[in-house]
Amino acid sequence: MSLIEITEVKKRFGSNEVLKGINLDVDPGEVIAIIGKSGSGKSTLLRCINGLETIDEGSISVAGAQLLPDELHLKALRLKVGMIFQQFNLFPHLTAGRNVMLSQMVVKKTPAADAEAMARKMLERVGLAQKFDAYPDQLSGGQQQRVAIARALAMQPIALLCDEITSALDPELVNEVLAVVKELASEGMTLLMVTHEMRFARDVCSRVVFMHQGRVHEIGPPEAVFSSPQTPELQQFLGVL
Amino acid sequence: MNDFTTWDIVRNLLLAARWTIVLSLVSFMGGGIVAGILLFLRIGSSRAGRIFVQGYVELFQGTPLLMQLFLAFFGLGLFGVNVPAWLAAGLALILWSAAFLTEIWRGCVESIVRGQWEASSSLGMGYVQQMRHVILPQALRIAVPPTVGFSVQVVKGTALTSIIGFVELSKAGTIVTNATFQPFTVYGLVALIYFCLCWPLSKSSQILERKLNVAHRNH
Repeated sequence: MSLIEITEVKKRFGSNEVLKGINLDVDPGEVIAIIGKSGSGKSTLLRCINGLETIDEGSISVAGAQLLPDELHLKALRLKVGMIFQQFNLFPHLTAGRNVMLSQMVVKKTPAADAEAMARKMLERVGLAQKFDAYPDQLSGGQQQRVAIARALAMQPIALLCDEITSALDPELVNEVLAVVKELASEGMTLLMVTHEMRFARDVCSRVVFMHQGRVHEIGPPEAVFSSPQTPELQQFLGVL
Repeated sequence: MNDFTTWDIVRNLLLAARWTIVLSLVSFMGGGIVAGILLFLRIGSSRAGRIFVQGYVELFQGTPLLMQLFLAFFGLGLFGVNVPAWLAAGLALILWSAAFLTEIWRGCVESIVRGQWEASSSLGMGYVQQMRHVILPQALRIAVPPTVGFSVQVVKGTALTSIIGFVELSKAGTIVTNATFQPFTVYGLVALIYFCLCWPLSKSSQILERKLNVAHRNH
């Protein structure tokens, strides 16, 4: 059975239909790259999956948790999928360690000692064990993004959504974040990532989704998508035309 | 006729300044409590609450404080309620401060970027948890300098209550002038005392602003 089931999802902003009927099933352990021009709806799709945007038609479910617009259902869904943002969105008034502890304590009611142990473990996993007491503005962009990953992981999600997580980083910091994501992929985490890192998508992903004008325009394993794109739009996007 | 020494004048003014201070504190703290309640209605999910608070703020910001004092003092009298000057003064100033503080604090809450809401949502937090642990701690920090700055307005606002007969610093100035016929000396001293009350507040607002900004230089 698929882990994430997206069925006929439509989303409008006013009169502008951003998603025009998306179907996508993701199996456990799959790593999916979503590529496409800006405005093609790829970020919106990702944001719909954990309820940051409401959908107008269709359905989304993650491991049996349906996307419904009330707080109870949203919480159940969000406990299963973590999300990482382009702008990191760390809580600037808390240390890295506290950032990772907070949601465990207030959402899952984990005792402080356990939450701290988990936070230390997760920060170590992203290579930042020594930064437990550092505030976000004392960290580089790459380090902040890795703390954000640790924060999402500490909630023990079964899938992670990554929304252009390296786009706000200086080029030399991109790799340290991608290395962490690659590690997660190899450990079997289910990942859906909107990305512009084509080499990374080719190396790490199991499937690539090309979105164009609110639809899944082409989908397939990375070799097929990148080496022999079928549609003129994808060919143009990849610059092979 | 009695001769008044400068010390007589200063002593009387300082005694009256106590009431300026008390009225300022009551207005500021009372206004803060009311504003806290109004703030939650203003940014909450209830449409009726939002519209009510918006109307309240516009009403109090759109009319002179003096009119509000008159209405509190004379208006309630029309209904047969005998309102002493101190009560009318306190009430009007509390409601007036609340309107401005609500608006200042709303701005602070809304200045927290949307990403903070989204990140905390995506971690499964509910509205109250987000407010309590993520939004308000950051908003409070931003709110301190403008709030302290506004307290200066409250201190100066208390001067208006002299018109409805509350004896604070300004009213005392008038009374002392009538007895001494030295308006320049007396009002000069009154101004000096106001300045001594307000300047440290303005200054601390500036210092706080710099201090809190340094802790948050990248946000």
